[in-house]
Amino acid sequence: MTSIGTGYDLQNSVFSPDGRNFQVEYAVKAVENGGTAVGIRCKDGVVLALEKLITSKLLKPEANKRIATVDRNIGVVSSGLLPDGRHFVSRARDEAADWRRLWKGPIPTATLANRMGSYVQAYTLYSSVRPFGITAIVGGWDSEADVPVDGEVGSGPKVGSGGKKEGAHGGPYLYMIEPSGLYWGYYGAATGKGRQIAKSELEKLNLSEGNLSLEEGVKEAARIIYVAHDDNKDKEFELEMTWISSVDGPTKGRHEEVPKEIREEAEKLAKKALEGDDDEDDEEKMEE
Amino acid sequence: MNHLPQAWGRPRDDVYGAYDQSHFQMGGPNQHTQSPIVTGTSVVAAKFKDGIVIAADNLASYGSLARFTDVKRLRKFNDQVVVGFGGDVSDMQYLDRLLNSLDIRENYGSDGTPLNAKNLHTYLSKVMYKRRSDFNPLWNHLLIAGLDGEDKPFLASADLLGTTFSAPTLATGFGAHLAQPILRRSIPDEAAVPNVSREEAVLLVKEAMKVLFYRDARSMDKYSIAVVTKDGVELKQDEKLESQSWAFAEGIRGYGTQVN
Repeated sequence: MTSIGTGYDLQNSVFSPDGRNFQVEYAVKAVENGGTAVGIRCKDGVVLALEKLITSKLLKPEANKRIATVDRNIGVVSSGLLPDGRHFVSRARDEAADWRRLWKGPIPTATLANRMGSYVQAYTLYSSVRPFGITAIVGGWDSEADVPVDGEVGSGPKVGSGGKKEGAHGGPYLYMIEPSGLYWGYYGAATGKGRQIAKSELEKLNLSEGNLSLEEGVKEAARIIYVAHDDNKDKEFELEMTWISSVDGPTKGRHEEVPKEIREEAEKLAKKALEGDDDEDDEEKMEE
Repeated sequence: MNHLPQAWGRPRDDVYGAYDQSHFQMGGPNQHTQSPIVTGTSVVAAKFKDGIVIAADNLASYGSLARFTDVKRLRKFNDQVVVGFGGDVSDMQYLDRLLNSLDIRENYGSDGTPLNAKNLHTYLSKVMYKRRSDFNPLWNHLLIAGLDGEDKPFLASADLLGTTFSAPTLATGFGAHLAQPILRRSIPDEAAVPNVSREEAVLLVKEAMKVLFYRDARSMDKYSIAVVTKDGVELKQDEKLESQSWAFAEGIRGYGTQVN
């Protein structure tokens, strides 16, 4: 590494003369080795998927879930250092609970992403801490219905201003937060080992047109995890998938695990698509 | 028992003469959290062979003023528990938020069994007892209705002192005096529960609500009723008391316009 011996990588919050923060860049390296994580913002919900690499055959299958729920309507998946991910989730839950305590309602996904961005960024500033070794994908559905205020007992005034906003609000949200604290909202987000392949697959979905349904999103997410995994066939993995739909969708606005049957169906299709891809490649070569 | 702390544990008036109330005047600010302000009246509940019926009217009184008439005092916790709140409404809102945050924390993991009525009753009774031990009670009488861990009907109460009690039929507040005997007439003990159908239990609870409306000046004819069974919670929040008969009022002083 070029920076060895320069001393600018020994402490957090110290810039190198060419304007880089090496500690943050090393944290990004930690992320690049984690299992692939994918988030897709569909028109009627959000899907989160994770390639959970099996580190030991002694681990119980389907136990040790890695995608976490924050409040009821937000999901967080991360790749990189697992304990850092745990701490990130714990902080996110505290933020959501504090928001509820103050405003008596669920935290908007955008607000949570903003706060977590600030939190992660703070870990790049001080010599006593190190940056987060994770990139986190935060997906949520902000309710489009009139959510009652926590503890509300009546229906409020029948005339005059009742504090209720007319018209459509809420919807699907997806953010990705990097070790530097940088975060953007995405149509589709990917991180971890297979992120390059996953990103190019996500681009093919034309997510910005907003036509992809949640059901299709689940299948695509599963397929992308399988495609992204293709390069390193040696390591086994489990596909972990969660989703959040609209209030009238399958999860009723909550962040939940994708039911086993639907996930297995998606995995079957993913494996089939992989085989199909290989065939197509062969055919194309023949034609050439 | 009356719920005014000043009256507890004092020498009997008939033995020792009237108590010198001047000892109570401590001076200092009024402690509004030490007595209820906006209150809900009775909650009524009864077990039947495969579930529970629970009801409470939609009124929140400010003293004797019928201040809020669309207050929902039955709170669904999950698909197998409903909590009915009597007493102070703002304390009820606090408890509602507490249960809400409990539910959120309970659902962080996707697996595991949901909290049942028995769990919730244990939890709430400990909250109530902690607060009364801090000399800052939550001024409520709660009925926790739902299913225990084995899908059997569960009904128990917890009050502002942290006292717990369980019976096949329960009523809080005014209802403890007036509705409880009516409920016991139909369901005297646990042995009677397997013979009670859902329809009978609903009818019984509605009848109790009606009698309470006749006699309880802090009650209302609009009420909420919930039925909890294995199939989930059926909660109706805008019911109206039907087929009232005020004929009995004719002969009683205080009802209507007659004075003597």
